[in-house]
Amino acid sequence: MNVAEMLEGKRVCVCAGSGGVGKTTTSAAVALGMAAAGAKVAVVTIDPAKRLANALGLEQLENEPRRVEAERLATGDLEINGELWAMMLDPKRTFDELIDRIAPDPARAREIKDNRVYRELSTAVSGSQELTAIAKLYELDQEHRFDLLVLDTPPSRNALEFLDAPGRLNAFLEGRALKAFMRPTGLGIRALGRGALPLLGGLRRITGIDLISDLSVFFQLLGDMTNDFSERAAQVAQLLRAPSTAFVLVTSAAREPIDEAIWFGQRLQDEGLPFAGVVVNRVHHDLLGDREPREVRQSLARVLAPRLASRVAENFRDYHVLARRDSHNLARLTGQLDERRLLLVPQLDDDVHDVEGLLRIYRYLFGSQAERDRLIEDLVA
Amino acid sequence: MPPAIFEAVPDLLDKRLLFVTGKGGVGKSTIAIALGLLAARRGLRTIVAELASQERVQGLFSEAEREQFRELELAPRLFTISIDPQQAMEEYLRVKAGTVGQALASSRLFQAFAMATPGMRELLSIGKVWELAQLNRRTRGAAPYDLVIVDAPATGHGVGLLRTPRTFADIARVGPIAHQGRTIADTIADRDFTGVIAVATPEEMPINETLTLADELAKDGLPLDLVIVNALYPARFEAAEIAELASALSRTRSALARSALRAALSEHTRAATQREQRDRLRGRVNGRLVELPYLFAEHLGLPQLRQLADSLEAAL
Repeated sequence: MNVAEMLEGKRVCVCAGSGGVGKTTTSAAVALGMAAAGAKVAVVTIDPAKRLANALGLEQLENEPRRVEAERLATGDLEINGELWAMMLDPKRTFDELIDRIAPDPARAREIKDNRVYRELSTAVSGSQELTAIAKLYELDQEHRFDLLVLDTPPSRNALEFLDAPGRLNAFLEGRALKAFMRPTGLGIRALGRGALPLLGGLRRITGIDLISDLSVFFQLLGDMTNDFSERAAQVAQLLRAPSTAFVLVTSAAREPIDEAIWFGQRLQDEGLPFAGVVVNRVHHDLLGDREPREVRQSLARVLAPRLASRVAENFRDYHVLARRDSHNLARLTGQLDERRLLLVPQLDDDVHDVEGLLRIYRYLFGSQAERDRLIEDLVA
Repeated sequence: MPPAIFEAVPDLLDKRLLFVTGKGGVGKSTIAIALGLLAARRGLRTIVAELASQERVQGLFSEAEREQFRELELAPRLFTISIDPQQAMEEYLRVKAGTVGQALASSRLFQAFAMATPGMRELLSIGKVWELAQLNRRTRGAAPYDLVIVDAPATGHGVGLLRTPRTFADIARVGPIAHQGRTIADTIADRDFTGVIAVATPEEMPINETLTLADELAKDGLPLDLVIVNALYPARFEAAEIAELASALSRTRSALARSALRAALSEHTRAATQREQRDRLRGRVNGRLVELPYLFAEHLGLPQLRQLADSLEAAL
């Protein structure tokens, strides 16, 4: 299966994975390939490498997709039959826009945005990127302007953060737990039983009264908007679960990213989220099996001086250590999933930072099985 | 008189709290442990603390040892702990608020609220880190550490983590959280006590993040103490030799020879790109920069960690 087959009939593609595995590049290559095949695609990314962003014309944070001009894509032999759009997410602005949208009037929206608790919340790195990324995805999906949305998930060390963080932040915004503490005579506190009053006192003692009253003001400001947060959270959850959504896991072939990909795949399965496939970047393919350095030196004897040949042989031996490592990790991964849903991109000579680089990756993602096999064979001889 | 070896690292390992941060996937955990091995070798009672749900430091050793929130001894004088914010909260409440704390700790509602409060997880985690670094530890019967090394979250979150105590102190203004936040923030700001180490692999994005990190921390008056460029490929070939390799590739039909030559040319290209990136970093970072070699190993176990500790020792 290639990416085009995995994403057949899909409207949302979420590229998830741990940090440093090439998620942004993979997302861009997926979007490019689907655009080439005729779809109108938008890729939503958080923090692309500067050169790649420049190559796509993403000079500033605009928070709205902008079309990548055809001239920028006119490299190589790939014809773009559809449209490629791209945007860099601005979490703070997305959060503000969310408040603008659900606040009953502009004055209230302004008050909320000036609130200290809100300011901390909307700029805190942890959680706000994940929440706003999903909010933006949901919003774009609602607008029906694109055939496909590709989301490059926020760079966090732990891939699962993408699934967990928005829920945590939403739980806070819904404020149910806090409200129970806030209304000493309300229903919530009664539900807590007789221990509630000392609990409230304890909470004050531990957190300080100011914090509690700040939070209290914040939630008063939010008022009924907390219901909107719950509602939106439910709709977003539905979007992620929809059959028209696809999760593509991105990983490298090193041990920890593979572990995380396996955990993530497990989570998708447990939560009934739609899994489409795995892209493994930076694979060191086993070129010709294990060879003794002596054998390699001999094969080079006619074309290289012995001292240089022995360094080439040494390099080859080191390369094979990585190839063995990768094939071991890939075996663990394939033990957990349908092998046809695995796409391998080899270790390339250079970082990808332009459209040409994306095209190199494109061939490994969108080629037919036979084409992909041939590309890998070509690496050997 | 102290052994001369101590003088070789005059400041870094003399601090009590070291944060190791960097972009995801650059080898932070590995380096945190390697530093820990080095410190333990020098006689320091050292603990490497990883923060919630990373579960990597201990993963380097054994699956069975992945028990959370216990201080485990991995090697002589080297301990690790995996800090879970929820457990940190329970511990804090027990110690600070007695029976009320107990009640709060066992209240599901309160836990849900606390865990959902933005920044609270970070505050609780860093609070535990701070506790580990105290000579008089809050935890009953716990022995003090000479050095606490924190395997911190990826760069952006790492800065957030270091700022959290100050932020809470500012928000809460008065009361115990404000007080605690201020105490921890002052500890972090104390250059004799706390150090920050950035790890990057010599590639565009990790280097960019390191530069951003350096700028962000500088705003808070926290210069980087050390930058580690990790996983640098060896420079195996001279430019002139590359021409020879390319020429050899065009002259041989042996599949083995061609594969070996291609692998060499390919690694050389990557190694050259890596060096450009490293130089870009070197030009911008004033502090100390240490290079660690790429380890060609199937699995990073103790022998490889010791090798890195040796390299660090030599470089520092």
